[in-house]
Amino acid sequence: MAVALTLLTLVLLPFAAALAIALLHGSPRAVHSAIAGGASAGGLALLASLSGPALGGGAIPQASWSWVPALGLDLALIVDPLGWLFGLLILGIGLLVVIFAHAYLYKDEDTGRFFASLMLFQGAMLGIVIAGNVLLLLVFWEMTSLASFLLIGFWQHKAEARQGARMALAVTGGGGLALIGGMVLLGLAAGSFDLRAILASGDVVRASPLYPAILTLVLIGCFTKSAQFPFHFWLPHAMAAPSPVSAYLHSATMVKAGVFLLARLWPVLAGTELYTVTVTSVGLVTMILGAVVALFRHDLKSILAYSTISQLGMLVMLLGFSLEAAAMAAVLHILNHAAFKAALFMSAGIVEHETGTRDIRRLGGLATAMPITAVIATLAAASMAGLPPLGGFISKELMLYQTPKLALFGVAWLLPVLATLGATFSVAYSLRLALHLFFGRPREPEPFARAHDPGAGMWGGPALLTALAVLLGLVPMSLAAPLVAAATGAVTGGATPVVELALWHGLNLALALSLAAVIGGMLLMGLHHRLLAAWERAPLPDAKLLFDLVMRFADTWVRKAIVATHTPRLQIMLFVTFAVTALLVIDGAMSGGVLTGARTGIPASVPGIVAWVLLIGATAAVVNDSANRLRVLIYISVIGLVVSLAFVQFSAPDLALTQISVEVVTVLLLLLALNLLPKNPPNISSVPRKWADAGLAITGGLLVGGIAWAMLTRDPGPSIAAYHLANAKPGGGGTNVVNVILVDFRGFDTFGEIIVLGIAGLGIFALLDTAAIGAAGARLRAWRDEMPRSPERHPMMLVAASRIILPLTLMVGIFLFLRGHNQPGGGFIAALVVAIAFLVQYLAAGFDWSDARKPFGEHQLIGWGILAAWATGVGAMLLGADFLTSWFDYFSLPLIGKFELASAMLFDTGVFLTVVGAVILALAQLSHVSQRAARAAGTAEGGQP
Amino acid sequence: MTYEFMVASAIGVLVGAGIYLALRARTFQVVLGLTLISYAVNLFLFASGRLVVGRPPIWDAGVSEYTDPLPQALVLTAIVITFGMTAFVVILALRSFLETGSDHVDGDKVPCDRQDGLGDAPQGDGGQETRL
Repeated sequence: MAVALTLLTLVLLPFAAALAIALLHGSPRAVHSAIAGGASAGGLALLASLSGPALGGGAIPQASWSWVPALGLDLALIVDPLGWLFGLLILGIGLLVVIFAHAYLYKDEDTGRFFASLMLFQGAMLGIVIAGNVLLLLVFWEMTSLASFLLIGFWQHKAEARQGARMALAVTGGGGLALIGGMVLLGLAAGSFDLRAILASGDVVRASPLYPAILTLVLIGCFTKSAQFPFHFWLPHAMAAPSPVSAYLHSATMVKAGVFLLARLWPVLAGTELYTVTVTSVGLVTMILGAVVALFRHDLKSILAYSTISQLGMLVMLLGFSLEAAAMAAVLHILNHAAFKAALFMSAGIVEHETGTRDIRRLGGLATAMPITAVIATLAAASMAGLPPLGGFISKELMLYQTPKLALFGVAWLLPVLATLGATFSVAYSLRLALHLFFGRPREPEPFARAHDPGAGMWGGPALLTALAVLLGLVPMSLAAPLVAAATGAVTGGATPVVELALWHGLNLALALSLAAVIGGMLLMGLHHRLLAAWERAPLPDAKLLFDLVMRFADTWVRKAIVATHTPRLQIMLFVTFAVTALLVIDGAMSGGVLTGARTGIPASVPGIVAWVLLIGATAAVVNDSANRLRVLIYISVIGLVVSLAFVQFSAPDLALTQISVEVVTVLLLLLALNLLPKNPPNISSVPRKWADAGLAITGGLLVGGIAWAMLTRDPGPSIAAYHLANAKPGGGGTNVVNVILVDFRGFDTFGEIIVLGIAGLGIFALLDTAAIGAAGARLRAWRDEMPRSPERHPMMLVAASRIILPLTLMVGIFLFLRGHNQPGGGFIAALVVAIAFLVQYLAAGFDWSDARKPFGEHQLIGWGILAAWATGVGAMLLGADFLTSWFDYFSLPLIGKFELASAMLFDTGVFLTVVGAVILALAQLSHVSQRAARAAGTAEGGQP
Repeated sequence: MTYEFMVASAIGVLVGAGIYLALRARTFQVVLGLTLISYAVNLFLFASGRLVVGRPPIWDAGVSEYTDPLPQALVLTAIVITFGMTAFVVILALRSFLETGSDHVDGDKVPCDRQDGLGDAPQGDGGQETRL
């Protein structure tokens, strides 16, 4: 149990931190970074507490909770050595990045959003590496794509940040879609979505006819995420992100997710000819391509991005070998790369921060101006180049040592030669980065004059990482060997191998190749000027242009498809919709049967007939007189009144109460809207169109009326009403069966409905709140009243009466609410009555007066209402019942006597609050806009404001 | 005449008028049309429990016959949601009018005004504004 709790805390901590930071959005950045740093440090501590069992070879810490058992989706968490290693990178580098970012970001930047997104990303990434269920892994995988979108596009005002973020999302999100397909197929082939079960069924999966499809889809997911050729192009454009983000996402974590997944699924997918050839060659091509391009870039972060692509290519290639020793080299290099690349990204951030540029052509000789940064970055670059005695040297040696073991395409020398070529370019770009940046003469005086070392807050993190990169070379056995051994065992799914790491392996082929790479790299460096000139003359394809081309192509065709199937004219679309529906009904009616059923009707009373005539007449008047809009409102209210009366007559008191109060609110709303809308616009439809519409309308009316008639003259089939009637009192504790259905039997429906209503209210607020700007605002200000008005703005009689009515109406509302469970009434009706009571105040005394005295905010009402309803449901779950199960009991107090308390009452309170909030929000905002316009008009005319 | 005929015919008339108004070119008429159709739909759903006089679904120990409460519960929330929808559409119409200066359903940029022979000048706007 303790382990389960630790695992759950581990994965939830970053999300909790993200939420806390978002809630404390307005606080100073120190608060944000303190929460983020605290959560990362706490996560590290939790991870450390798991190190014994995770790495010691004992029982692997794992826990599982059932989530959606029907889909095979469990909340299963597992920390095996591989997950532990990645967790260490995610949390450790995360902590350093938080410290770095605190110093890197400027005071006026939106640090709340930054750190909240960063923590969201951390949680998602951590989720990927400790997920014990592949469907759960997919959930976290998608979350990293979304969080990285937010982080890359953090500087929203920059076009390249927005474009880079969109491109990263398109590529990694698209890959994520493929991965979903791959994982589902994998689960089907293995017979389970549980990670351990899948890892144990490698033979079954590889023999499955689905294997090629699984492999292709999973590889697309991994390659897009880890920026492998031909999906590599998004990573350089993601460099528009702030440097801390690049240090975090693009060195140690997000881009490693693809590598992680390859390693994770190694026991299932690796070993086949298809796997070996595909993965090895993609990795090899990416490694060489990235290294070559990196040599010719000028933006520091772009150089690092292409070098990352190259290094990721090397990792993918190593995993592609399907050899245990190669997997071990990959694990070691994951550690090395995380250390030196994060340090380099942070150094690039420091250089940019302190010189104002990232263009290597404008920099140079910075070693004298910023010696600390120079030492850090140069050592990290040396590790990247694979020079002894640094960590990068050991893993590169191991890589080169493995290359002759695999004859790619049957050619034994192909892999060693090409891998050495990639290594040569790695040496060259690493040397160029260090030499052109820190040594030689300054190329431009201005950035050099500004340059200075930053505070320890900024160089501390990269210094620590570089120290690690050095120690990984000097004392690899004590620092890394146990971790690498355990993680390699987890990758291969076999026994933990014996790991021997040393700088000196004796004179062998790997050393010769390594030496050749270093010499070749130096040569390339010496020829850099000439090579660069040749590179810039060469016609090279730009991946971004291609990407944009594809996007434009898709855009054009989607547009064409829309235009071909849609018309922008609402009238035609509606006509076709109605006509097709009518045809479907006619088709159904043609199948035979008689219109009138056998059920005997109820003879109508005279008042009933009068009401019916009124309804028909009012409806005709609405159509006939629709140009005079104010008069139409009177007809509409007549219709509403007759409908309410019908509900009274046909045994539906609750509906009658609801309809009559909604009627009041609707008419008020339309009145307010008409205040600003044209009141008597001329008719613009042509006569033929009117006749066509009228024909369709009459057909539709006859059809629907006919269906209603056919239904009403037949007896209903067996109904579930009996259950509701029988259980309302004993099960739901209320005698008003309609209300019990709303708050109890079908409480979940009601919960959804109040959310919809709340969203409608907020949507109205959003539409009206922004109406004061732009073209709409100009029209509002130019608005002129076209109606004669009473000179008395707020008539004394109305104001006085409305204030007396308010407490009375509120009392009626409370009365309706309290009796709702047993008698007609309830949350919906009470809310409408209370809302009307407040709206009358707005009507009588104006928006400003009423709004200033209003004791609540509508937004909060909506929020609290939904929360209250939700809490009622969750309360039931905490007591072990299903969501929204109700509870009630009877109590008695002296004087008051016996009374009932029911959890449904709390739910109904939620309904009440939400409906009050949404209704008042909609109408009050509308009256606000009207009053603003009226005031502007009054001022413009020189009248009284 | 029976109540059944009256309710069925009222539903038919409301739907017919609603369809006609929903097909008009002005946003406010479309809103009215949707309102009428909503009345009809709510009545129709309610009527699926059949028309019963004098037997409200308020449970009482001495009563054994009630009308069907389920359609009533569904229609009750439908009425409130109808209000939410009407309010949203009205505000949408208002905002569209404020943005474009025209209360035509397609805004003022769509050529159908011209096809109707009226030109694309926004009409009926109190201020007779031109497009910005």
